[in-house]
Amino acid sequence: MSKYLEYVKQTKHTVVYPPGWSLVNKTGTWRSLRPVIHQDKCTKCGLCWIYCPDGAVEKKEDRYEINYEYCKGCGICKVECKRGAIELVREEA
Amino acid sequence: MEVWSGNRAAAESAKRARVQVVSAYPITPQSSVMEYMAQFISDGELDAEMIRVESEHSALSAACGASLSGARTFTATSSQGLMLMAEVLFFASGLRLPIVMALPNRSLESPVNIWSDHQDSLVVRDSGWIQLYANSVQEVHDMIVQAFKLAENERILLPTMVCYEGFLISHVAEVLEPLPQEKVDAFLPEPDPKWAVFDLDNPFQINELLTPEAFPEYRYKQHTAMKRSIDVYKEIGAEFQEKFSRSYEPVMGYKVDDAEVLIVGLGSIMSTTKYVVNELREKGEKIGLVDIKMFRPFPEKEFREITRDARVLAVMDKDIGFGTSGMVYPDITRTWYNRDGPLTMNFIVGLGGREVVPETIKRIYEIAQKADRKVIEKEGEIYWPDTLTEVIM
Repeated sequence: MSKYLEYVKQTKHTVVYPPGWSLVNKTGTWRSLRPVIHQDKCTKCGLCWIYCPDGAVEKKEDRYEINYEYCKGCGICKVECKRGAIELVREEA
Repeated sequence: MEVWSGNRAAAESAKRARVQVVSAYPITPQSSVMEYMAQFISDGELDAEMIRVESEHSALSAACGASLSGARTFTATSSQGLMLMAEVLFFASGLRLPIVMALPNRSLESPVNIWSDHQDSLVVRDSGWIQLYANSVQEVHDMIVQAFKLAENERILLPTMVCYEGFLISHVAEVLEPLPQEKVDAFLPEPDPKWAVFDLDNPFQINELLTPEAFPEYRYKQHTAMKRSIDVYKEIGAEFQEKFSRSYEPVMGYKVDDAEVLIVGLGSIMSTTKYVVNELREKGEKIGLVDIKMFRPFPEKEFREITRDARVLAVMDKDIGFGTSGMVYPDITRTWYNRDGPLTMNFIVGLGGREVVPETIKRIYEIAQKADRKVIEKEGEIYWPDTLTEVIM
């Protein structure tokens, strides 16, 4: 039985999920364009991290990295990056 | 005894239900409901939060939030306001929030018309809200309290709207017996929320994505809860009868026993129909009426029970499903289809506040009384008895 069906079965009325439920949905599979950060051009300004609507840009100690398990490939980070450090690359089928 | 308007009766009932949050946006003919609620709160007669919002969409959204905090929540709107709420109606029902709405019925634009018909509530009949229809000021007063009891019932948990026609009921003052507060308190105790209520110690996510793997099952759950509310409303009606000596059932018949023609409908037109039934009965005509108090869910079994022996059901619709029939009619026909039952006919009346007078109902009776299968086959089954259709031909 799917996890969703399991929840509908368990819950009495409204479907209620535990906190962090969105982590279960790996939305990265929706992506057709993959944003790639060129670290040499990146000034670590953090705009991509701020603007990413899915929180799929992660702040590491010395760099920003994209979490491809959740990135849907919307391209907002590319548009917002003032240094042109993000490139959108077509995903191969 | 008091003399109150329908809107006052609704507000006085919500006050007696001790609602905790009121969220609404004014619209004719609903505005005075909220004015009364504001007055009760500012006079200290009611301990509730009044949320002022910028639109009906926000009004119901705020009501959803309030309900999710566990509060007994009340709202009211009409016509265009209900249309603006339409999106949120489905949130409230999908999240199974027992919000109660007072809905003075008004026609929908365009053209602009502020008078009453059932177009507004009937176009949202499938939004997952329970719909009760009152046909007097007393019934409005009684039904708001009943609606809270029904909506909050653990087996149901569905939002409920109490519909009553604008002006004809909302602004007409009638004598009524106000519900005594202590009796209401016994009938409807403080809410013990069994629905989803935010809890800081046990956080959860709500209104999350539900994929096709489970969505139909979720809908089925909603549907069965809806169906259950027919029986629960019967139980509530029985308890109400015991405590307040007025009876309520999902469908109520009047002089149905040996009736050949039954006039079927909802709302204030049924009080006029009762008057006509009494008058025609004195002349020996075999006429009765069926007043649908609960239209969603549709109490089909109960309806069949009452209408079983009639020859013709004349269904009045104070609304129009453009290009098909009135919106009450399909539920009536479905109830009898595949079964050996009465003939059904549909009468579109009272649109945009056109007065449904006894003569209109007598004309309906005459048409229905003469009808048989042959007539229906030849002339169709949908009539506009109070519309000058020749004007536009």
